Amino acid sequence: MDSDGVPILSILVFLPLAGALLIALLPSEQIRTHRFFRDMPGTQQQRARGIALAIALITLVISLVLFGLFDRGADESFQFTDEFTWIRADDVGFTVKYALGVDGLSMPLVLLTSLLTVVAVLVSWKIELRPKEYFAWLLVLETSVLGVFSALDLLFFFAFWELELLPMFLLISIWGSGNRNYSALKFVLYTVFGSAFMLVGFLALGVSAETFDFREIRSVDAAAAFLPAQAIFAFILIAFAVKLPVVPLHTWLADAHTDAPTAVSVMLAGVLLKMGGYGVLRLLLTIMPDIGADADLALAIVGTVSIVYGAIVTMRQTDLKRLVAYSSVSHMGFVLLGVSALGVTGLSGAAMQLVTHGLITGMLFVMVGLVYDRTHTREIGEMRGLVHHLPLLGAGMVFAGIAGLGLPALAGFVSEITIFLGAFGRHEAPVIVSLLGVLLAAGYILWALERTFFGPRDEKWSGLRDARHWWEFTPIVGLGLLIVLLGVYPSVVLDVLEQGVAPIARGLEAAADGLSVATPGGGG
Amino acid sequence: MDSPVPETEFWTILLLPLAAFVVSGTVVVVRRLRIADGREPWPSEKIAPSVTIGALAVGLVLSIWTLLEAIGDDGHAFGFAPHELVDVGTLLIEVGVRVDGLTAVMLVVVTGVSLLVQVYSTGYMKGDAGYARYFAYMALFTTAMLGLVLADNLLMLFAFWELVGLTSYLLIGFWFHRPAAAAAAKKAFIVTRLGDLGLLAALILIWDRAGTLNIAEINSEVVEAVALGLFGQTTLTLFALGLIAGAIGKSAQFPLHVWLPDAMEGPTPVSALVHSATMVAAGVYLLARFFPVLEASATASDTIAWIGAVTAVGAALLAVVQVDIKRVLAYSTISQLAYMMFALGVGAYAAAVFHLMTHAFFKALLFLGSGSVHHSTNTFDMTKMGGLRRTMPLTYVTFVIGTLSLAGVIPLAGFWSKDEILIEAYHHNEAIFAFGMAAVALTAFYMLRTVYMTFHGDYKGGEQPAPGEHGADPSHPHESPINMVGVLGVLAVLAIVAGFVTFDGEFQTWVLGALPGGGEGHFEWETGIFIGSTVLAMAGMLLATLLYLRPRVNLDAVRGVWPLRELHHLAVRKYFADAIGETLLVRYLFYAGIARAASEFDRLVVDGFVNQTGRDVVQLGRRARLVQNGWVQSGTVLLALGSVVIWASVVIF
Repeated sequence: MDSDGVPILSILVFLPLAGALLIALLPSEQIRTHRFFRDMPGTQQQRARGIALAIALITLVISLVLFGLFDRGADESFQFTDEFTWIRADDVGFTVKYALGVDGLSMPLVLLTSLLTVVAVLVSWKIELRPKEYFAWLLVLETSVLGVFSALDLLFFFAFWELELLPMFLLISIWGSGNRNYSALKFVLYTVFGSAFMLVGFLALGVSAETFDFREIRSVDAAAAFLPAQAIFAFILIAFAVKLPVVPLHTWLADAHTDAPTAVSVMLAGVLLKMGGYGVLRLLLTIMPDIGADADLALAIVGTVSIVYGAIVTMRQTDLKRLVAYSSVSHMGFVLLGVSALGVTGLSGAAMQLVTHGLITGMLFVMVGLVYDRTHTREIGEMRGLVHHLPLLGAGMVFAGIAGLGLPALAGFVSEITIFLGAFGRHEAPVIVSLLGVLLAAGYILWALERTFFGPRDEKWSGLRDARHWWEFTPIVGLGLLIVLLGVYPSVVLDVLEQGVAPIARGLEAAADGLSVATPGGGG
Repeated sequence: MDSPVPETEFWTILLLPLAAFVVSGTVVVVRRLRIADGREPWPSEKIAPSVTIGALAVGLVLSIWTLLEAIGDDGHAFGFAPHELVDVGTLLIEVGVRVDGLTAVMLVVVTGVSLLVQVYSTGYMKGDAGYARYFAYMALFTTAMLGLVLADNLLMLFAFWELVGLTSYLLIGFWFHRPAAAAAAKKAFIVTRLGDLGLLAALILIWDRAGTLNIAEINSEVVEAVALGLFGQTTLTLFALGLIAGAIGKSAQFPLHVWLPDAMEGPTPVSALVHSATMVAAGVYLLARFFPVLEASATASDTIAWIGAVTAVGAALLAVVQVDIKRVLAYSTISQLAYMMFALGVGAYAAAVFHLMTHAFFKALLFLGSGSVHHSTNTFDMTKMGGLRRTMPLTYVTFVIGTLSLAGVIPLAGFWSKDEILIEAYHHNEAIFAFGMAAVALTAFYMLRTVYMTFHGDYKGGEQPAPGEHGADPSHPHESPINMVGVLGVLAVLAIVAGFVTFDGEFQTWVLGALPGGGEGHFEWETGIFIGSTVLAMAGMLLATLLYLRPRVNLDAVRGVWPLRELHHLAVRKYFADAIGETLLVRYLFYAGIARAASEFDRLVVDGFVNQTGRDVVQLGRRARLVQNGWVQSGTVLLALGSVVIWASVVIF
């Protein structure tokens, strides 16, 4: 299905960038300007956030319209595609295309990104330090993530992937807290470390296939490349494993989260980590299903280790934000476990986990951020009985917490159970061990709630004011309702995701069958 | 079979309390917002109990109608087609209701007891700061329990099972400002979730091996396939053991019983609902629901029979040494649930469900009675009570009725159901039967002890409310208001008459109708067992009377005698279950050991490696920078060296 000439996806991806430029072009308050600018209503902060919210909302509406128009039929190819050839094969030996499109896998992630950007703008409503630049970078971040989720060409995928570093670095190091320069640098270096390997892998694939349009790259191209196919797979996997993150490549995550401003934590946990899981599904398993099928046990084990080890380490965290960050390591392990199933059920569960974790952990970071705005501490040991003073925020925190521990009728349970059921047939022991993650999650979340929100009234906090502004309630209520909706009626997203992962699963299963047939014959 | 009752009726029963939760929850939030804005609190808190009680009353009427229809059908399942919820890959998740005799009995018990508890709560919780929030939680809890009972497949059952866990967490921790309550709530959730892992594993296993989660299909087709050798016996046993793990968590059986006594930190009506008719009964219900599976695996049956037998006696012994009236009832609950568990283990399926029902009535009565006492004396400590029979006569009479019913005195309800279990145990396994008989004597003893300590002797003054807490003035104990005592009266009647349903065997027929083959129920009677259990109960009561009514012996001296001294010590320390489980395993071994090691490893080794790499790269850069120092001399030297190397390599190769 084409978009009848309207490059709707390009508009969607670049609208936030245009908004960022618009905000950047707002005149500075220190400089005398034309009367037109002086007479603009509001302060610079109000103008910047107003534009940012408007752009984020328009982007969200476009995403919603696309989601509504998305053809949920048997058509498994990319929809709303925009493309033109940027570099031609006859000139240089390979083709590079500017190509955007979404399928069942990327469509919900695009929607999630636009949704969480609105949330990020709202939780930044009171930002006072250099608001113009802040909101501009936030929108640049949105463009880069939307680009990653809709690019159909390896080089454009890579470009969007790298573009994200710039706003992230600045947002953490300028608007962050604590050891922010260290954390921002660690985040960037870690990602670049992965990207370097990824670029080598991409170049090997693209040169061999004579095109970087990954719809056309197949396993045979990887086999014919100047690097062994296994090496290409491993190189690209490093980048995604850093992003996801996977134990032991996860330690940047806790630092980045802890020192980032709330909105950036929301974006980081909500959508940036998802780029890793998306990459595994979209590129690695689609292009090289044979190696993916071969590596399934390794993926299952690494996923299980991430789930259990991440949860155990979470247990010991004393900083509330760091605790939520570490819980993400555990929850992202479920993605790998689902992927290792190789079947459509497990892959759907893994994709669903990307979406549900985005909503739930996004909400958790919103809540932690709103609490931190009031208490100015995140040390669990210093908090106690907060719910006496912040009953509504407490209710939101408890809700987000129980969503995080995978309670049925809330979104997280759907993806976890789908992953368990999908993966058990192939990997019994890892699934059984992973069940421990469910128990440990209950442990660290309920214990954290007990120590921070429950307990006797502490007069130290009696001056705190509960949530009372629309920009506080909207993200809490909105995310809460979505978490319930996806928990009770998951098909609204799960069916679309299934449509996206079905061809990947077919490729994997064919490859797995090929393996089991080939192995007894000695591999020919 | 076509249903004489429309399916929408059951969705109504399920969704009405949910609607009550939504309304009550909205009331709580709106009031909170208005108070924060300094405006008049609005809307009225009274909306919450009104909608909750209304929803449950309608639910009860519909449930009774269902039960009457179920009788007409001999308890066979009404056939309702499930509704597809998720269809992804090979996974098909459905929601649907299964209604048969077992469901119908459970519906009546759950809505009935819940309704009575809510009415009672309008009195007991009056003046509490969280009045509306309390009813909101109660409505959600009841929804979860009803969903669990109505579910036609294991996944839906599991979902509501976890919701029961969540709402009990909220209710046990209702007074969250008390550290003990917050800790007890967390403990209840986590300990039961430990068992839930087994249930989850069972769910995953059966779906993978049998390709279905439908309860009826598992009970009939899978079990038949095992009999025909088409389905692995080991798989079925593992499945059954997983179910048992879930059940012993929820029903607080050894060794996962440790959460229930702590859960007494919740408001007393919560204990009455959660620990009599609902949450703890869910474990028994689960095993009753999958009784054909249990029956098909001797290993599983023996496991649950022995867990039940040991728990029945072990918990009863702990009840003997408690001085907190609610804790006596808590251990008593564990012990009585254990009866139902070993009943299921010895094949006494209908008797187990029968005891579940009678126990729901008399145990709710006893808990609410202890709440009535607390309402007046502000304490649960029996050493601070005494003599209340004069000031609280109605509470006293109803409490005694509950006690006699629990102790198994003919012709009260508890006698009939307990006796039926004992008869079947006797025919099946005499060792288990012996445990059951021992628990009879202990039960009679600790309950009479409770009655004497609470209601007889001299009043010891109760307990003053803690500063800032809402509580009664204990200096002048008084009878509770009509909405509380009235509920006690209704439950007392039920605790007397509920056993009479057994005489024509009809109750058993409804319940048996839930099994694939159905069955004809009949009233069982063994004079020998009747005499035996009655003599034991009388002996227990007599001993309690001697020791506690007008003690002529020094109790401390009795406790000092070997082996009573050691036994007493062991019981007071709860067999060291908390010391081993909580302190040793969780606090030291896991938290201070494994988790600490893991997090230090993470910080020092994993992250340490990353930081060291960073530092090394920076060092390398500093060294490399020395080369590019901008001096012409060093540049020339390097140029010369480089030329030599190139020249040499050309010559050599």
